[in-house]
Amino acid sequence: MRRLAALIALPAALLLIGADEPQLVPDVSQRDVEIQYSFTGADLLLFGAIVYPDGRRPEKPADIVVVLKGPEQSITMREKQKVAGIWVNADEAQFRSAPSFYAMASSRPIDRIVDERTAAIYELGVDKLQLSPSSLNESGELSRFQAGLVDLRARSGLFVERPGTVEITDGVLYRARLPLSARVIVGDYTAETFLVQDGRVVAAAVRDITVRKSGFEQFMASAAEHWSFVYGLVAIAMAVGMGWAAGAIARRI
Amino acid sequence: MDLYLPIANLSVNALVIIGLGGVVGLLSGMFGVGGGFLTTPLLIFYGIPPTVAAASAASQVTGASVSGVFTHMSRGTVDFRMGGVLIAGGVMGAGMGVFIFRLLQYLGQIDTVIGILYVLMLGGIGGLMAKESIQALIAIKTGKRPPARKRRHHPLVAALPMRWRFYRSGLYISPLAPLLLGMATGILTMLLGVGGGFILVPAMLYLLGMATQSVVGTSLFQILFVTMATTMMHAMTTKAVDLVLALLLLIGSVVGAQVGTRISMSIRPEYLRILLAAIVLLVAARMALGLGWRPDEIYTIEVG
Repeated sequence: MRRLAALIALPAALLLIGADEPQLVPDVSQRDVEIQYSFTGADLLLFGAIVYPDGRRPEKPADIVVVLKGPEQSITMREKQKVAGIWVNADEAQFRSAPSFYAMASSRPIDRIVDERTAAIYELGVDKLQLSPSSLNESGELSRFQAGLVDLRARSGLFVERPGTVEITDGVLYRARLPLSARVIVGDYTAETFLVQDGRVVAAAVRDITVRKSGFEQFMASAAEHWSFVYGLVAIAMAVGMGWAAGAIARRI
Repeated sequence: MDLYLPIANLSVNALVIIGLGGVVGLLSGMFGVGGGFLTTPLLIFYGIPPTVAAASAASQVTGASVSGVFTHMSRGTVDFRMGGVLIAGGVMGAGMGVFIFRLLQYLGQIDTVIGILYVLMLGGIGGLMAKESIQALIAIKTGKRPPARKRRHHPLVAALPMRWRFYRSGLYISPLAPLLLGMATGILTMLLGVGGGFILVPAMLYLLGMATQSVVGTSLFQILFVTMATTMMHAMTTKAVDLVLALLLLIGSVVGAQVGTRISMSIRPEYLRILLAAIVLLVAARMALGLGWRPDEIYTIEVG
């Protein structure tokens, strides 16, 4: 049904002659990402067309920024410090809206496309995320924690920045590839596309992506959550059964 | 061979986890211990979240101790009455462990407490074992038989009210002593994912003064049931038992345990014990260094 809607939307958008602002017609290679037993991450292709009014392309080529964002989480971050010779969690900060996943690609380095303020408004870049800290820490401390979060998530592939990787063909077709780490959580993701002209965002469009566990993985996750007693019994039975079987087999050999 | 773990939410190399289970199983078969003390830290080191690691390691200990319990039952070296009291204490301890676990999680100190507990427990027990097995070795070398130790329970145990007879253990003591002992190991099982055999065996020998032949069978019996109860409590409260992870660990460890048992029959028990003491002290030293060294990750994230 969504595919059909997109198919109808494309020519419809091309017909939008007379609108003075350019339009974006975005799409993604996969609307549904299924996590299965062999899931080691996925590569998403974000592509689409830029539709200019009257089909006139501007002399100065526009830039494209794509952002793939995961569900927001409320998190507590803890910082280890050396206390009495050992490293313990000594300081903490709470963030109410930290994205569990954030990936961004742009046609040029982001600081050459937009200024600081615009980047902050559209959350372009991992250092521009609005994390809504809920504890009243001093700002220096918060930026320290934010840097820690970005570093940690970047190393586990959950925060990705790929400046200069969006390809624009003939000024109207764009494509970008973003990696989805194996550590992503399930939920609703959004793929946002921004068209930037002279440091100003002139068009934006969003596509939704659903990441979910399927088949066996879905079954296990919901069993652990909803039938936890039975799940526990199965775990115990499995352990006892296997231990007993191995012993019985070993006695025969 | 990558496999996605549905509860831990990440993909691991299945062969690495099976191999890890195999090594732990080999040790547990050789030395007659559950091996949980190695599984949990190794899983955390591999990148599994600590809660999932502790919850899933408990079921591996169950699997590793089953066949040992059957063997000891057929030999009649399990004191069911003593075991029953220990299990009752163990289940109570595991229940208390749930609250301690949550409190420490809330305070953000669970990692540090787990680290310190490991160092104290392994360092203490490892040191005791090393001292004793070195003395035994010296005695063998010089050809002198060590003086037979008089079997007596600790004076504190004798001071407890109410007395029961434990025939197979050769004891007439208050059931409160094994109950408290079981409770302490139950807490450790819940927090660390270890079976607690390390604490139980020496405590049964030196604190309760139990007859040596029924110590190992009875402790295995207690470990079997307490790890089963712990798995259930984790499944109901933290919901962190990963069946796929547990299955991989079990495949390795039940096979390794059988191989280990065979190896152990061809090595002198004195050498086995000094080897075990060395491994235990090594793990304790590594954990102690981990507490004192600057950790790789200064920041940790907790969702919720």
